[in-house]
Amino acid sequence: MNKTVALDLRGITKAFGKVVANNNVDLSVYEGEILAILGENGCGKTTLMNMIAGIYYPDKGQIIVKGEEVVIRSPKDAFEHGIGMIHQHFKLVDVFSAGENVVLGIDDKKRYNIKDVNNRVLEISERYGFSIDPKKKIYEMSVSEKQTVEIIKVLYRGAEILILDEPTAVLTPQETETLFSVLRRMRDDGKSIIIITHKLHEVLSVSDRVAVLRKGEHIATVNTAETSESELTEMMVGKKIELNIDRSAVAELAERLVVSGINSYDSDGIKVLDNICFTANGGEILGIAGIAGSGQRELLEAIAGLQPLESGEITYNDPKSGERVNLRDKTPLQIREMGVRLSFVPEDRLGMGLVANMDITDNMMLRSYRRGKSAFLNRKNPRALAGEIVESLEVVTPGLSTPVRRLSGGNVQKVLVGREIAAAPTVFMAAYPVRGLDINSSYMIYNLLNEQKEKGVAVIFVGEDLDVLVALCDRILVINSGRITGVVDARTSTKEEIGLLMTKTDKAPAESCEKEDRCDG
Amino acid sequence: MFWDYLLSALALGMTFLYGSTGEIITEKAGHLNLGIPGIMCVGAAGGCASLHYMIMGGVTNGFVLVVVGILCSFLSAALMGLIYSFLAVSLHANQNVTGLALTTFGVGLMKYIIFDLTDGNSVPYLQALNAFRFPFASANNAWKYCGVMVFLAIIIALVTSFVLFKTKVGLHLRAIGENPATADAAGINVTAYKYVATCVGSGIAGLGGLCYIMDYAGSREAYLSIEALGWLAIALVIFAMWRPHISIFGSLIFGALFIAGAFIPSLISLKILQTMRAAPLLKMLPYVVTVIVLIITSVKDKKENQPPASLGLSYFREER
Repeated sequence: MNKTVALDLRGITKAFGKVVANNNVDLSVYEGEILAILGENGCGKTTLMNMIAGIYYPDKGQIIVKGEEVVIRSPKDAFEHGIGMIHQHFKLVDVFSAGENVVLGIDDKKRYNIKDVNNRVLEISERYGFSIDPKKKIYEMSVSEKQTVEIIKVLYRGAEILILDEPTAVLTPQETETLFSVLRRMRDDGKSIIIITHKLHEVLSVSDRVAVLRKGEHIATVNTAETSESELTEMMVGKKIELNIDRSAVAELAERLVVSGINSYDSDGIKVLDNICFTANGGEILGIAGIAGSGQRELLEAIAGLQPLESGEITYNDPKSGERVNLRDKTPLQIREMGVRLSFVPEDRLGMGLVANMDITDNMMLRSYRRGKSAFLNRKNPRALAGEIVESLEVVTPGLSTPVRRLSGGNVQKVLVGREIAAAPTVFMAAYPVRGLDINSSYMIYNLLNEQKEKGVAVIFVGEDLDVLVALCDRILVINSGRITGVVDARTSTKEEIGLLMTKTDKAPAESCEKEDRCDG
Repeated sequence: MFWDYLLSALALGMTFLYGSTGEIITEKAGHLNLGIPGIMCVGAAGGCASLHYMIMGGVTNGFVLVVVGILCSFLSAALMGLIYSFLAVSLHANQNVTGLALTTFGVGLMKYIIFDLTDGNSVPYLQALNAFRFPFASANNAWKYCGVMVFLAIIIALVTSFVLFKTKVGLHLRAIGENPATADAAGINVTAYKYVATCVGSGIAGLGGLCYIMDYAGSREAYLSIEALGWLAIALVIFAMWRPHISIFGSLIFGALFIAGAFIPSLISLKILQTMRAAPLLKMLPYVVTVIVLIITSVKDKKENQPPASLGLSYFREER
């Protein structure tokens, strides 16, 4: 290839505390090409791009733009070197018009005249085939229009290198096609485009070259024309790592929770759950695998009664009474009282699970305060429970009256999981319960989940590490953009198989619930 | 009598106008400054103190007195804004608490300064500002209320509106109040804008205090009312839907309603108004009107009429 290099990264390293997000990454982008950056969650794609865009500053390494080494300390510096990034979460001011958003922050000493700006916006739109009304307010726009504004914002500043962070995550297939044709036009215009994605078919359809990152390291860069889905998946997920998680045999399955055809939208009107059907059985661990933000959180919240549903049913088989109840009409409190426990450990476990400034005992009481009869608190039972949890789960804490925010992540997690288990659940849901935990604490959590499973509890485990999912779960449900793309038997499936299901987006025809969920046998 | 009413309302309204213009600038930067009443007090104290010293020192030139007086008032109030900015912008202190603390502090400081300096004498510096009144103004007609501070208030409000909605600086400032992360990513110096907006806004609000004592009340005893007027200035921000040019009319309405108790009974001969001692009740009217405006704007739910989206929230770049 005889193209000029637009951007060259050499030995880029970035660490956040102890976690190395990027390790010695080399990458180059040519003028007039579309480079896709492919990788799993947390492989460092976005961190790497943020360093080019001036959001983060690399610990080590060089960034070379058009043959000259540059220092990029802020988004402004990045713009000066012709680099613009379109973030996954749009950075737009809602009450401003498209034109006002575009001109925001531009310091060109020219007199501010919104009419000139709008004309220039229309010029750019025409050139690359966008359609946009510069006078339209952002809050009146659809997601794809907002994205268009973001792209125009970058082009208006004369960016030669455009970085798009998962641009298709929020788009419909038609909008994605439009975006790709715009990207191709920009490429033909000589611009360099970097697109972060984990959708394989998009990589194959739009990019010229693909760079694969895994666990912060650059694995390889290959020409798209010379590669295949399976080769890319293999590079992405890597070799299987043996984990010694004890997986007890499934004793007796009892149908506990039947989710049939649920649909849900988020506040932006984007479909987050698309016809989800599955059964969770008592006595097994059902894993949920998927790229972050594919609807895992919404799914668990839907079961817990926190996520409003558009349609569908969630049926719960009460093991005590044998009754079948539809959870959809129940309040979170009613659902909890039936024994459905959500130990939710999202990005901030102190947000939804525990109150950071309260001590362990008081956090125990968050679940039991309704049992109190008088107006005064009775701390006796909660304190006993707290003591039990601290002892049995080896929580390292100065005492029961230490605010939980002073505990380390692993210990906070043990307190949370311990409390939820103490409530004798029949369905136990854990989302990323080992995120940020060290090995020992992680294994303790795995063992706790196994224990629950042996007790006949239906355990739902949302995980991100495929090795763990394969080693711990009995069945794995793969979810992708709010849709279930497959249910596999964890004992026989491979990481590659799951990885492929996580990234495939070819629209399968809407199957009925009967058909899905029956593949484990 | 009607002209008296109108001109008094105008002069009093200007106190609200300074306060609300200042608060609008601050709020557009995303800062709810509840210190405005205290800041207006400090502005009044600073202005009065400077006039006092100048007159004691033998300065007689009316122009010098007025310009220096206004400048000192502005600067002392801006200093309060600086304290606020340091606490709320740099240290990320809670904005409500910071603002309320400044109000308490400002009111106390003003009482101390004005009592101590003027030593119980009547205010000698009032005449200084008379130099800038209409020729036909006299102590006996209402035109005496129409001084330089009135014109300055309207000019400042109009300029502020122009800057906010027609210039790049205003665009950047509004962007910060709506979505500081976006503004930051666009390369705008969020901290600098917040500091400058808060200090300038406080300075302008401070002039409201001076305006009240100098132009309207004409006596230092009036200082006790400034705090109450400050709260109304904040209500006026909501009434004006964060637009200084609407605030000009709003301030006139607020002024008219606030003093309605003194004029209405003599203008409209309703028996009930005269017998019932309706003045305190009529003084509530500005608040009632503000509540009605709030209800109307909330029901209409037009995004442009809502407060800046990140009003009251601290901005940390690292927290994402």
